[in-house]
Amino acid sequence: MTRTWFDWKTGVVVLAFAATACLPWFVSGYWLGVLTISSYVAVYAMAWDLLFGYGGEVNFGPTFLIGLGAYGAGMCNTYLGWPVWVCIPVGTLAAVIGGLALVGPALRLKGPYFGLVTLVAVLLLSQVINMFAGYTGGEIGLALMDILTISSTGNFYYAFGLMTLTALVLRILVRSPLGLILEASGQDSTATEALGFSVTKFKILAFVVSAFFSGLAGAMTVFYFGTASPGTVVAVAVTIQIIIATIIGGRRSIIGSILGAVFLIVAGEFLRPVGQLSSTLVAVLALIVLVFAPNGFISVFGARRERKA
Amino acid sequence: MNLIIEILISSFIIGAIYALGAAGLTIIFGVSGILNLAHGAIVVVASLVAWYCALQLHMGIYLGGLVGIAAAIGTTYVLYFTVVIPLSRSRQLASEELPVFLFVSTLLFALILQGILEWFFGATPVSTPAMIEGVIHIDGVTVPLNSLLIGVVAWAVIGALWLFISHTRMGKAMLAASMSPKGLAIVGYDIGRIHFLVWGLYGLLAGIAGVLLASFIGASSNVAINLTATSFTIVVLGGLGNVLGSLAAAYILGFLGTVTAFLISPSLREVPGLLLLIVVLYARPQGLFGRH
Repeated sequence: MTRTWFDWKTGVVVLAFAATACLPWFVSGYWLGVLTISSYVAVYAMAWDLLFGYGGEVNFGPTFLIGLGAYGAGMCNTYLGWPVWVCIPVGTLAAVIGGLALVGPALRLKGPYFGLVTLVAVLLLSQVINMFAGYTGGEIGLALMDILTISSTGNFYYAFGLMTLTALVLRILVRSPLGLILEASGQDSTATEALGFSVTKFKILAFVVSAFFSGLAGAMTVFYFGTASPGTVVAVAVTIQIIIATIIGGRRSIIGSILGAVFLIVAGEFLRPVGQLSSTLVAVLALIVLVFAPNGFISVFGARRERKA
Repeated sequence: MNLIIEILISSFIIGAIYALGAAGLTIIFGVSGILNLAHGAIVVVASLVAWYCALQLHMGIYLGGLVGIAAAIGTTYVLYFTVVIPLSRSRQLASEELPVFLFVSTLLFALILQGILEWFFGATPVSTPAMIEGVIHIDGVTVPLNSLLIGVVAWAVIGALWLFISHTRMGKAMLAASMSPKGLAIVGYDIGRIHFLVWGLYGLLAGIAGVLLASFIGASSNVAINLTATSFTIVVLGGLGNVLGSLAAAYILGFLGTVTAFLISPSLREVPGLLLLIVVLYARPQGLFGRH
């Protein structure tokens, strides 16, 4: 398998990023808002895919990490009055520490058990948020004192910048020897162990990187919305959104996660007139893609295909 | 003293319903290795259809309940034929990735079902009418006869399930399929047919659990994900694929949940179960009663 740093596909992607960066001159504030949310979801999806596509672990608790980042940053702002640029790193740190506490023991468990523990972690986090509603705002959410900026262009650039940075860092990571070993442990952990690599160590590393970006994006998301609420950063529905975005875009592909996230959020906007059933329609679409084209959109563009062993 | 009796009776009934729901889930896992995250949604399908037929269409609780159970079996087969079979035969998936895709696609299926149910029946919790009227007094505690009947029906079904699995040819074949599918194929059984029947049995059990649940505490499209979580907690606590373990775990969980609901707050019903699950997963991942 040859991996070059720059080929025509990379060129197309770089052009697409550059074109997207020029969008604030052409589109309305409303669509900039949609793209801002898409960018944050894309970061969640990329971070999740590092574990799922590359590491071969289903983490049903991405919102555990996102929620820790979001509430960590939000509570620092509301109760300690710290400025935004201090709160965001604090939230990110909370996500990384929480992620480590979860993954250390959880990775001893294989397959479905790992997924279940992460799902339980999310359910517990939302119960805790409800139990201490006096401090966390419960279902309604926690109102923050500050926001990133009131300009929709500014918000778009923060989100788009974070997405670009995440994509670059993850691309460098997955194409490095570290990424290769991670991918190998995802596909055949026994063989990887036999080659002398500690599968657990690499998966913990992947989880920490995933927690870092999830927490960072979660913290920035709440400073975009101005509130931290379970519905936007903790709910199982958010997890499902992340999973759908990653899989219909194409797992084990950074661009795939971004495409999936943008598609999901934009499709949701177009289906808004359908009302109540719009999320159900998106789920139907996602299920069809998942069952009949499990490699996602990206496989249409001739990315590496999977072969059945 | 009254409180203790109330807790015991309530947890006896809820435990029986939990056990019924979880038994199907653990059988499916044992035979086909699939963790079905659409479980709660299928249970709720039975609850809501039974309620709709019994009250809105005036069919009465017995006929309505039967229609509800049939709806659950039908939904299970839709899941089986549109998701499970195409994915299992997909040539684009590596075999190690299959469980993950089944896991995620059953979750999506649950989401779709929940959306349709909410659109059709609304999100307000509903309860089906009682099967029999009247109350009895047990040591000063008033218990509706209907609740006792629900517990008895649930246990009768579990008993029938046990008889079916241990005393009929088909049941034994299902048990064998969970132990050694290859061995079963070698002695001449059609594995595809056994899977088909196991999914039907699963739909039947989930349907009965749904109808009983609607009659005991009511149901709504929103509780689907919580039901799935509870059933999973039970199945994993009892050891995946272990039916007897599931029964015991259902009672442990039913009791813990009921005690919490009575003594602390009904909204925290699920918390002790989740905590217990985390402890068990870390200390004994094969479950309390797991084989290996």
